[in-house]
Amino acid sequence: MASTSLSERRINRTHSPVIALGVPWLSVLLGSLAVWLPIIAPAPVLPPLGFVVLLAWRLLRPGLFPLWAGLPLGMFDDLFSGQPLGSGVLLFSLALVGIELIEFRFPWRGFLLDWGLAVAILAVYLSAAALLSGARMTPVQLTVIVPQLVLSVVLYPLVARVVAVLDRLRLLRVRRLD
Amino acid sequence: MVSPEPRARTGSNRKAQLGQFAGYLTATAGVLLGATLLVVSLWRPDAFSGLRMMAADIVAPAGSAGAVGRASSRNVFEAIAGYYRAGSRNAALEREVQIARVKLVEAQATEQENARLKGLLGLKDEDAKPVAFGRLIGSTSASARRFAYLSVGSRQGVLPGMPVVSPNGLVGRVLEGGADSARVLLLTDSESLVPVRRAKDNVVAFAEGRSDGSLRLRLVNLGLNPIQRGDVFVTSGAGGLFRPGVPVAVAMRLTKDGAIGQLLSNPAATDIVAVEPIWQQTAVRALAAPAPDAVAR
Repeated sequence: MASTSLSERRINRTHSPVIALGVPWLSVLLGSLAVWLPIIAPAPVLPPLGFVVLLAWRLLRPGLFPLWAGLPLGMFDDLFSGQPLGSGVLLFSLALVGIELIEFRFPWRGFLLDWGLAVAILAVYLSAAALLSGARMTPVQLTVIVPQLVLSVVLYPLVARVVAVLDRLRLLRVRRLD
Repeated sequence: MVSPEPRARTGSNRKAQLGQFAGYLTATAGVLLGATLLVVSLWRPDAFSGLRMMAADIVAPAGSAGAVGRASSRNVFEAIAGYYRAGSRNAALEREVQIARVKLVEAQATEQENARLKGLLGLKDEDAKPVAFGRLIGSTSASARRFAYLSVGSRQGVLPGMPVVSPNGLVGRVLEGGADSARVLLLTDSESLVPVRRAKDNVVAFAEGRSDGSLRLRLVNLGLNPIQRGDVFVTSGAGGLFRPGVPVAVAMRLTKDGAIGQLLSNPAATDIVAVEPIWQQTAVRALAAPAPDAVAR
């Protein structure tokens, strides 16, 4: 892999703050832009990718995103997601605060626990987002969430792997020290 | 196992304590701001449409490129699949052509009679000339609301309220227009309500979105449910937004007050769509002209 050749040149190199902080933020923003993938869905099918990526980063690297990150990231998500503006701001912020509190209680976690936590948060997020979407709530509306949730559950480990790769990329020592 | 970072335990470090406090404070501010924005946008859904459409205009070019890719890649797959079914399709096509020839003659006769009757009534064919043609370049595929983004906007003459049509039928109507992109309310959104009638007679109904990809056809006149499976519903023109006669849905399953209909023009399969002017204006013009009432039969 490219990282091995780059890691050989580790002497006199340090992290680039732009990449180290830019990659996580950019990846979440790109996740929110999944709306512009050429998938014209007659029913909600895709998981909320921006939120899933944020969740994966948050659970993999606690402390990387500040607590207020939900405000700008949620706002960006709202611009495209079709939700009324503010629903992303509210839910992203609540999720970050919630994880912070859970982490305070249970500081030791493994991947399975992370996955379980992500599933629980996603279930709450999807139902809350549907409730806040301004759409009329019918029994159909609630069953529509189920395939989306199942897909999110299955997709989370994959997103977590991608985020882990991005995390290695982020911490490459690319900047020369002189 | 990932070891917890000692960040959460600030101990007696004053600066760290303050930093954590500030973090919670900003997060709470974020929650409150989000709640406020949400209340405003639920109360006035178009409050932030300018902001949304500005953002959409910025990203739309990338979406357009993707949409072109979608269309061409679909053609590639169809072309490959075509080779596998060449023989059986050939036979089927020949059968179809024979039937079509007969139907064509019938249609010509109907057309002639139509022209003759219209001439008697003094009616003119008023075709709704599309305002613009564009592609559907994205949709809110993760939200409970069903919006799609269109690659044309107000610079091409697209205004809110205009119907969006594909060759297969009605897709939705424009909700918000940016300069070079627009947001379309798809028929399957739960807020979408289209007045329809059965194509073969005048059983009127409303087509409501069910947000799971199907439509709920609700009869206006309750009583015995006259709908049968396979009945095609077209726009009735009531309300003045959609011109009459655009195909909307076909009834799949009967319910107490109507049917569950399948969308005729599935937005997932449409490539190029046309934006038509709001029909009412032509209706108003038609009313102004002294013409016999063609609706009352």
